[in-house]
Amino acid sequence: MQMIDGYADVAAIRHPQQGAAQYSADAIEIPVLNAGDGAGNHPTQTLLDLFTIREAHGTLEGLNVVLVGDLRYGRTVHSLSHALVRFGATLTLVSPESLRMPSEIVSDLNAGGAEVTETTDLAGTIAEADVIYMTRIQKERFPDEDEYTKVAGIYMLTASDLANSKESMIIMHPLPRVNEIHPSVDSTHHARYFQQAFNGVVARMALLCDCLGVKIPKKVK
Amino acid sequence: MSDEMRRVTAICNGTVVDHIPGGRAIQVLRMLRLDIGRSNPISMVMNVPSAKLGRKDVLKIEDRELSQEELDRLALIAPAASVAIIRNYRVAEKLKAELGEDLVNIARCSFWNCITQNAREPLPHKLRVVNIEPLEIRCSYCERGQDMDEIVDNIL
Repeated sequence: MQMIDGYADVAAIRHPQQGAAQYSADAIEIPVLNAGDGAGNHPTQTLLDLFTIREAHGTLEGLNVVLVGDLRYGRTVHSLSHALVRFGATLTLVSPESLRMPSEIVSDLNAGGAEVTETTDLAGTIAEADVIYMTRIQKERFPDEDEYTKVAGIYMLTASDLANSKESMIIMHPLPRVNEIHPSVDSTHHARYFQQAFNGVVARMALLCDCLGVKIPKKVK
Repeated sequence: MSDEMRRVTAICNGTVVDHIPGGRAIQVLRMLRLDIGRSNPISMVMNVPSAKLGRKDVLKIEDRELSQEELDRLALIAPAASVAIIRNYRVAEKLKAELGEDLVNIARCSFWNCITQNAREPLPHKLRVVNIEPLEIRCSYCERGQDMDEIVDNIL
């Protein structure tokens, strides 16, 4: 990283070990963007997630957000939950027991004044949700393959599951998916994950501009 | 401690650590790395009644004065400990263990996938005190919580 410090104006680091981005930032002078550190955090994903939610709902304030899947190893939901608490979100954390949100994060969310509910039942959360944020259960995050096999495919959302959902409810996913969102959902107006993926381009462009001191016009032709 | 209550004789020179929470003296010895490779005589009293703590442990370490860095380590396990430096049977200095916000190069993070587990990385090991009561300590890099047994097992 000290070599990169001399070469570049900004560094983005994706690393399999947790804490790598903070460690790098402590070692060098140029801005370091955390592009994902093991099962730790993924803050640039959070920026695009927030942008996507605001596009859909017109606000980030006071939404009922359901985070689903691998909350233990899923770095996107670690960062997103921290951010949503700042906007007064009500969070419902849906996961199997073995993949519950780390206690440190739940403690932070509670300390931030969030209303947090933990459950294993996805179906019971759909009707009240403003956002359902699905995540895949990633085999590579598990130190033990048996643990992965027990929970793989435990949550699968289909179009018929959405019959009683709010009209404005959106379904998000950091992609790629495995089988947690059935392709039948793609053609519903709830599906927002492909727009979300595109928003990753502009959100990261904006972040790089900010790091490099490039002004972004209010309106781009 | 009064003379009639004294369970271990006074020491001529060294350090007396009082008000260690009952049952934690062995952890203190490990934390201060006094459990291995030292020849100083050490007396330990465990689980004696204490008005302040209910039960407390006391350590008397002969011919050794604890340093500030060692006091910082001590504060992790015994934040209310009182430390007396003894010279020629008299209390020469009274010191307090004080828990700082950052614990640098005191213990390594216990999380198997933390960046600091990589032996090639050169930066110091850093833990952060997030909360005093109850005591909550996290790695400054990976943010994983560390319990006291893990910290004692991973002291540097």
